[in-house]
Amino acid sequence: MNELTTGFPILTLLTVLPLVGAAIALFSGKHARFVALVSALVSLAVAILIWMRLPIDGSIGMVEHAAWVPSLGIEYHLGVDGLGALMLVLSAIITLMSIDAVQREHHNPGLFFCLVLILESGLFGSFTALNFFHWFMYWELSLIPAFFLIKLWGGQRRGSAATQFFVYTMAGSVALLVSFLAVFLSTGSMNFIKLAQLASTGALEQMVTAHLGPVTMWLAIGVLAGFAVKVPLMPFHTWLPEAYAEAPSPVTMLLTGAMSKMGVYGLIRIALPLFGHQISQIRTPLLVLAATTVVMGAWAAAAQKDLKRVFAYSSVNHLGYCLLGIFALAVPAASHAAQASQAAALNGVILQMFNHGITAAALFWFIAMIQMRTGGHRGIEDFGGLRKPAPVFAGLMGIALFSSLGLPGLNGFVGEFLIFRGVFPLAWVAATVSILGLLITAAVILTVIQKVFTGPVAPHCTNFPDLHYGERMALAPVIGLMFLIGLLPQLIVDSVNPTVINLLAHWRF
Amino acid sequence: MTLIQEVSSFTPQTAASAISGILWLIPALPIVASGCIAVLKQPRRRAAATLSIGSLGISLLISIAAFAHVLSGWLAGNAVRESVNFTWIRFGSSAVDLGWVLDPLSAVMLVMVSFVGLLIFIYSTGYMAHDENFTRFFCFLSLFAGAMLGVVISNSILLLFMCWELVGLTSYLLIGFWYHKPSAAAAAKKAFLTTRVGDIFFLLGIVWLFAQTGTLLFYNHGTGSLEPLALASLLTQHAALGLTAAGAIGLLIFAGAAGKSGQLPLHVWLPDAMEGPTPVSALIHAATMVAAGVYLIARVYPLMQAGALTGGVTTSLTVVTWVGASTALFAALIAVAQNDIKRILAYSTVSKLGYMMAGLGMGGVAVGMFHLITHAFFKALLFMGAGSVIHGCHEEQDIRRMGGLKTYMPLTFATYGIGMLALCGVPIFFSGFWSKDAILESAHGWSISHTPYYMLVFGAVITAFYMTRQVSYVFFGQWRGHGHAHESPRVMTTPLAILAFFAVTLGAIGTPAWPWFRAFLDNRASEVDLHAFAEPAWLMLLLTSCFIVVVGIGLGWALYGNKSPEPDASDTLQAAMPHVWTVLQNKFYIDEFYGATFIAFYAWWARVADWFDRRVWGGAVAAVTWLFGLFAQFNRFFDANIVDGTFDKGCEEISTGGGLLASIQSGAVQNYLRILALAVVALVLILFWSSRP
Repeated sequence: MNELTTGFPILTLLTVLPLVGAAIALFSGKHARFVALVSALVSLAVAILIWMRLPIDGSIGMVEHAAWVPSLGIEYHLGVDGLGALMLVLSAIITLMSIDAVQREHHNPGLFFCLVLILESGLFGSFTALNFFHWFMYWELSLIPAFFLIKLWGGQRRGSAATQFFVYTMAGSVALLVSFLAVFLSTGSMNFIKLAQLASTGALEQMVTAHLGPVTMWLAIGVLAGFAVKVPLMPFHTWLPEAYAEAPSPVTMLLTGAMSKMGVYGLIRIALPLFGHQISQIRTPLLVLAATTVVMGAWAAAAQKDLKRVFAYSSVNHLGYCLLGIFALAVPAASHAAQASQAAALNGVILQMFNHGITAAALFWFIAMIQMRTGGHRGIEDFGGLRKPAPVFAGLMGIALFSSLGLPGLNGFVGEFLIFRGVFPLAWVAATVSILGLLITAAVILTVIQKVFTGPVAPHCTNFPDLHYGERMALAPVIGLMFLIGLLPQLIVDSVNPTVINLLAHWRF
Repeated sequence: MTLIQEVSSFTPQTAASAISGILWLIPALPIVASGCIAVLKQPRRRAAATLSIGSLGISLLISIAAFAHVLSGWLAGNAVRESVNFTWIRFGSSAVDLGWVLDPLSAVMLVMVSFVGLLIFIYSTGYMAHDENFTRFFCFLSLFAGAMLGVVISNSILLLFMCWELVGLTSYLLIGFWYHKPSAAAAAKKAFLTTRVGDIFFLLGIVWLFAQTGTLLFYNHGTGSLEPLALASLLTQHAALGLTAAGAIGLLIFAGAAGKSGQLPLHVWLPDAMEGPTPVSALIHAATMVAAGVYLIARVYPLMQAGALTGGVTTSLTVVTWVGASTALFAALIAVAQNDIKRILAYSTVSKLGYMMAGLGMGGVAVGMFHLITHAFFKALLFMGAGSVIHGCHEEQDIRRMGGLKTYMPLTFATYGIGMLALCGVPIFFSGFWSKDAILESAHGWSISHTPYYMLVFGAVITAFYMTRQVSYVFFGQWRGHGHAHESPRVMTTPLAILAFFAVTLGAIGTPAWPWFRAFLDNRASEVDLHAFAEPAWLMLLLTSCFIVVVGIGLGWALYGNKSPEPDASDTLQAAMPHVWTVLQNKFYIDEFYGATFIAFYAWWARVADWFDRRVWGGAVAAVTWLFGLFAQFNRFFDANIVDGTFDKGCEEISTGGGLLASIQSGAVQNYLRILALAVVALVLILFWSSRP
């Protein structure tokens, strides 16, 4: 792969920026929100700059490469391609939205915004790292602020939620760590690019077998487990509804909008390049789990009474489509048609990551507003007829809901269409089962609309204030983005597709 | 970055005529108008109505120009099919293409949709004059018109599907327009979800077609999916159950059409959709949107017909025929026992859509489409007449509480009567006769079975019967309602008169003597041949039609004519056949059946999914957490200084349900970090060891 080193270490700058903001925010008391907003805006600008200056051929660009602990194969090695850069932009957008969604009055704002910005830095780091050691540090580092954000500002059951979140992710991380340890022992490298090259010729498996015996499959499963928890793949998901529901809504936005993408990103950046062949061997059970995630995630959402849990499960469903696409494409593709299907699926997965991030974060933002306006209500049965007192609110949240439902013209549809376009020829049974998820999701979302927005106005909602000017202006870019991607998806696919072609060319199944 | 060039590559690939170059304006104008109305303030009623009607008026003019272009091509002996295509998304080395097409089929449909739509828009300014959400109504209505026109011009099955879903959205919004009524909100949801059942099959069909043929376009200079090359490749692929890929994809697409067009078993949403304002019922749930399914089948007809043996019969067309014929009869039967003026018409629409499907299945595009066009006019007329009646009777919809309206609302009565006679298919003078006749004719000649023919004939008798019953209840006898009935304003009655004119005259374009419509759609020349009227086969049909009308209307008049039963008295037919009546009145208990099976399963399985999550997976996690707690206690035994709260506290929190506010020093993090640190130390040690030479 082509590794270009640009003169200016812009990726390091991007990772450090939020940390600087975090340090300032910690000591700026009441002005912490403003500091955080400025910091997040600057980060977004830098992220977009990186996204716009990607190498056109889809290879990894803006590489920074320095030896760190050479004897252990540890390097400071950064770089982004279309996938990484899009995730940087997404993380920056979600952080900005999250900060925007925080109430004006907040106890201990300095620490809160400091933690949010550290989390952002962790996200940036893990989406740019190309060395396992360095990547794993960020992967773990992003967990710690998330844990404290849930633990300190969460709801009633925050204690158990935070613990579950932690224990679960830890189990996944340990599996990941052990697998990589074995890979390092066999190859002497932690460099993703070098390892991917070894894997693409089959040398990786030979080296592992020579050093440790026939354990490559177990290593693959270990790596998959680490990511499966994060995304999540059923049955490794039970931490999620609890954590999403108990976290304060701005933090839930970060969890679902950006952190869940770390898992999908890991699958594409690490699991498929290194263990593509192994994954293709256990593809059938993985597809069963992915289809289960899609269908049962949506169905479990239908049984929830708490709006945050509804959308938590709905997130499981939406990310299930990503998993479906990833597992379905893990198959040797000789014909041109099969390669086109793989490209469709992977483009769809990456689009879906971005779209789900935007839409899910927006939905939790709306829930935060509902809670703020009604003194903490968020049960699905607690409302009624909100369209009457708050038509603009209902209209904008309705757009976000229909985006989540996958209505054409809005962002959600494009990714799902490409995923199904790719998956159907490669794994038609899984596609046919999973398409049920589209129906159930629709039922769930229309039920939410029916119960919250229609019918007679609930007594305590008669004075529900509509969105004020500031809120409308804050939401407008997000809603605009939903339409923009829905109508002109090429804006994003342009930067993703070359990377997709590049990645698929180097994978061995 | 090549981004800008890529996106601006929306340039036409084919330099077609000027009119097909601007065809996209037809759907775009109403959609833009809708966007403008959306940001208007509520009191700006006049501006909203002007924008809506103006934009659709311009769309109508462009549609007529497009139609004239196709017509002049046809007159000159050219088959006009001009498409403009562009790339929407590039992935890998393939692309998702969208585009629009101008051919006789889309031209006819464009003119119908924009013309009927415009009349209903004008009518709505009167009907909705007192509604507080007048502007929002026109916003949704314009969006609907744009999306529907988009369906019509699509040359890409994906663009068609996108507009199709948008149409579904506007239907949802308009059925639930009076959202404060829980019944309206429920009906809207039911409509969206029932059609979506069909749509997921449709979507599967699309991705399959796309994967097989590599294109989404219908027509693209020989490489489109409906052109011989692609169809031949689809026929060589075999799917399950002895179907070819073409047959299986055709059936999947038909499932989508069945959802939208209210075919069995997905018809249940359409009668409930009458919760929407009456102009909506006329426009969306009678004339245009529900016909979109029929139009879709007409559009993909080459696919449905691919691999046909003698007589043009394929598996998919056979299914279309049987579903259509069953729906036609089934819905007509239900309509007999309904008392809501709009619900009778709704079931009548379902039944007529069945006729259209059967016509497509047995007779081809022209037969189905002809009935679609004539039906659009007379059914829109009937719905708008019903709206006028409801308006005049102070929002009363129960036909038993009306009566004698022919004297109070003469104009409405006259136009409604014309619509009713057209619907019943009264020979010679009404358009409905000619189009229904064409369907019966093709059913009579169908090579597979004669049963659909008898089903359709019987359905026609019943149609004449229930319409006579309805008209007798509403317009004849004595006034039995509350207050004083009055005629509707001019803005509502004028569109009725215009539609009534077409309900009579439109038949002239498709008579056996001058089958212009069929020739136009099939790109053949047509000649006037008056001898066709003298052919024995046609005379037999004419006789059959006369028989249908005489029996149906006669029976209806004998049972209901000029009587004024008390509103709460049991129906004449009910007294005669109470059991049959109960079954019909309850719509064959289909809704109850779905409630007891699919919907119950959905709710039950949702609870199962939730229970599984909490108990099984959650239990497993709790067990693991408990083990970790044990480990932590074990740890504390050695190392009490570092550990503070440890995992057992975390476990306590889980078991007690977490009523207590946990403190920050729960220690879980320290503990975790400690394990992580130990692991890293171990890792480093092992690495040093193993990397020594």
